[in-house]
Amino acid sequence: MSILNKIFTAIKGGAREAGEAIIDKNSIRIFEQEIKDSEDQLEKAKRDLTGILAKEMQAARKIKSLKEDVTKHEQYVSQALSKGSEDLALEIAQKIADIQVELAIEEKSQSSFAGHGKRLKDMIKKTHKGLADMKRQLVMVKTTDSVQKATISITKSYASGSSKLLTAKESLDRIKQKQLDLEDRLSVSESMDDDFDGKSLDEKMKAAGIIEGDNKAQDILAKLKAKK
Amino acid sequence: MVDTNILAKSLEKQGEDANFPFVVNPIPGEVEVLQIVIEDREELPIFISTSDEQILCISYLFAEGELKNDVLDKVNNEMLLANTAMPLSSFAKINDQYVLYGAMSVNSSAEDVVHEIQTLSDNTIDAIETMQNYLK
Repeated sequence: MSILNKIFTAIKGGAREAGEAIIDKNSIRIFEQEIKDSEDQLEKAKRDLTGILAKEMQAARKIKSLKEDVTKHEQYVSQALSKGSEDLALEIAQKIADIQVELAIEEKSQSSFAGHGKRLKDMIKKTHKGLADMKRQLVMVKTTDSVQKATISITKSYASGSSKLLTAKESLDRIKQKQLDLEDRLSVSESMDDDFDGKSLDEKMKAAGIIEGDNKAQDILAKLKAKK
Repeated sequence: MVDTNILAKSLEKQGEDANFPFVVNPIPGEVEVLQIVIEDREELPIFISTSDEQILCISYLFAEGELKNDVLDKVNNEMLLANTAMPLSSFAKINDQYVLYGAMSVNSSAEDVVHEIQTLSDNTIDAIETMQNYLK
């Protein structure tokens, strides 16, 4: 069962008591230990792999030199034969046979090192992926735990404080009211500014047609006409 | 891991600079939480908690119990549909509480966190306003 699945199952149980943790501390510790073990295992596998690769390289070098040896001795054989020394040729051939036995052993151990190395590489790859998965899951577990604990802290502070937890509607209404108050205050202060400048009453009377507006060309012309 | 005390101080200062005043109240507990009380929006505070991986900003919308009868599926569906449209915040549920939250990297600057708080607060008011008809 994946961690996320476990968390889901725990949460689906419905509203939980404050203080009741979804993930118990012990399982987090066990999980962290598993990750630590996995990391140690990975370290060891990497060290082992370095050793195996070195041994494989040594074997390869040995094989190369043994093969050169065989070629060299084959030349010796033909040289001995051309000189007519049949016995010497046989002796050298025996030497070749010995080298080939050694070569077979080295080749076998090289392929065994190579096989071991490949298995280790696969294992390292797998552990790497598993480790990344575990770490990601640990983050999930810890985050769930932290959110849960934070919720407990918040709930407790509400319970102990004098502030009663308002419903969302009440909160929204209050905030909206405050915004309205602010707007009212702003518009009142604007009109007060106007009053101080003595503008307000004049403007109102002008608007109502009680006092004349600004001197208009029409009015001036009418006055001039009347004087005539 | 972010030190909540240091975060608290730098947040208040950053809020003043951004002309977005709020008070930071640390709430003690096993996981320390910062309560952000925003001027003129005191009723809908924002809670910040930190872990190794992230800074989590949460605001509480309403409890399941505040919903009218038989609107639960509708509310859940609408929240999921609206989720991607909301800048920075996402809907979620903690126990029986509907919440809005934003998760940030532990490497976020105080400026980033204040921006998150501001957006989350705006989104919270918008969300409650939008869901108003479903509330008792």
